[in-house]
Amino acid sequence: MNDYSDAATGYNFAYLDEQTKRMIRRGLLKAVAIPGYQVPFGGREMPMPYGWGTGGMQLTASMLGQDDVLKVIDQGADDTTNAVSIRAFFERVAGVTTTSATAEADVIQTRHRIPERPLRQGQILIFQVPIPEPLRFIEPSEEETRLMHALEEYGVMHVKLYEDIARHGHIATTYAYPVKVDGRYVTDPSPIPKFDNPKLHMAEALMLFGAGREKRLYAIPPYTWVESLDFEDHPFEVQQWEEPCAICGARDTFLDEVITDDRGGRMFVCSDTDYCQSRREEVA
Amino acid sequence: MKRPDLQRPALLEARGVSRLYGPGKGCEAIDFTLHRGEVLGIVGESGSGKSTLLRVLSGLERPDTGQVAYQSHEGELDLYALGEARRRALLRMEWGLVHQNPRDGLRLGVSAGANIGERLMALGERHYGQLRAAGQDWMGRVELDPTRIDDAPRTFSGGMQQRLQIARTLVTRPNLVFMDEPTGGLDVSVQARLLDMLRTLVRELGLSVILVTHDLAVARLLAHRLMVMRRGQVVESGLTDQILDDPQHAYTQLLVSSVLTP
Repeated sequence: MNDYSDAATGYNFAYLDEQTKRMIRRGLLKAVAIPGYQVPFGGREMPMPYGWGTGGMQLTASMLGQDDVLKVIDQGADDTTNAVSIRAFFERVAGVTTTSATAEADVIQTRHRIPERPLRQGQILIFQVPIPEPLRFIEPSEEETRLMHALEEYGVMHVKLYEDIARHGHIATTYAYPVKVDGRYVTDPSPIPKFDNPKLHMAEALMLFGAGREKRLYAIPPYTWVESLDFEDHPFEVQQWEEPCAICGARDTFLDEVITDDRGGRMFVCSDTDYCQSRREEVA
Repeated sequence: MKRPDLQRPALLEARGVSRLYGPGKGCEAIDFTLHRGEVLGIVGESGSGKSTLLRVLSGLERPDTGQVAYQSHEGELDLYALGEARRRALLRMEWGLVHQNPRDGLRLGVSAGANIGERLMALGERHYGQLRAAGQDWMGRVELDPTRIDDAPRTFSGGMQQRLQIARTLVTRPNLVFMDEPTGGLDVSVQARLLDMLRTLVRELGLSVILVTHDLAVARLLAHRLMVMRRGQVVESGLTDQILDDPQHAYTQLLVSSVLTP
């Protein structure tokens, strides 16, 4: 038998049993074969509430090998509760090496961000997805949305964008911005900021999406055409900031606003902590 | 010399269409043709199978037996022999359906402009300015205030919602429109204006319409031809004036004599 000397005893490697992992991997193969298509899978109970990333965890558990290096981020950061807990979980039940360095990781589980450092071929990015169905907000019936996907009836997606412009003067959707994958399926890229949408397009890494509560998984394979939906006279744009990151001075990253005191003090810092730190070390 | 083609195929043809939920419930062995530019009224009391027939004709419900043939640009199409994708595309692009209750036909969560633009967006229109212009144009055509383009439909009155639904349906200039009691639930003065507007639009756009109604006054105003239904079967059909002024079947006579005149 294998020796996972650091792993907790009494659990199978990476928590899930082998049959479950095999079932999820079959689903993933189908998802990769049909980019953007939502594949149902038999979601398992994870030792964590729904909404905390159970979908992403099940995908990570079924993908993880003993020699893989795992990175977990939450809103770009390696040190927030969700990231720390999930990383500790896999350290305990799989005994795998973990890292916070994007470049060193083989598997990255993420909530709400794509790392700033471009991913390379061979890396796998696993997203935690709350609502996998991009048509859900306008069509509550699952039967109907499946039919709409099957028949490529995507006119309603633009109704939402139209409504944004009518109300706000511009497309005000800033996260979970709908994309069309490989010219076919309209897909919710999980609640990543639309700043990250261009990183989906022709990406080198494999991107997998898991929704635990809804029991759906889908994928954007490497080098896949991904376009964000827009209007001809209101093209897709990403967020911009007037000031650079207060810590590393980067101007091309997604910034978080951090309140520093109760007198209106605030600063803007990179949401990707690893990228911010590595930039500071380079400068120093 | 080329002679005009007097034998143009009918736009829509029902051949022995039946859809029965039980004996006498639904519609049975319906045959009729609808020509281009024609408004066909289907009248009858509640439960006579009018709405069932409309659902079958408009592609929403598969008939038990019979055929619905539609003459499209590419020739005759048997509606229920088509794939679902093609049938829905037809519904979306060449046909329109006006529901009795505007809330069934509108998206209540989005603004009036988005409602009107939805079919255009489904056809691939991706220019916000043009969508908005079309929305304002159509709000004007159905006598709604174009400045209310960003208001939610639920802030509109019943009659205004019905007009909005009509604008939303006609914006893509469908060849064939199905209307299920378009004036149901409206008070008489609002009805009159709506009918007036509908009559103008039908004439201007040269629409072919199948109109289901229990109100003979509506049928008299809009329809060129009438079909009277009772217990799922057509008991009489012919020109509107002919049927209403000189009803032959006992049931039609009863219907016509039941109309209240103030």
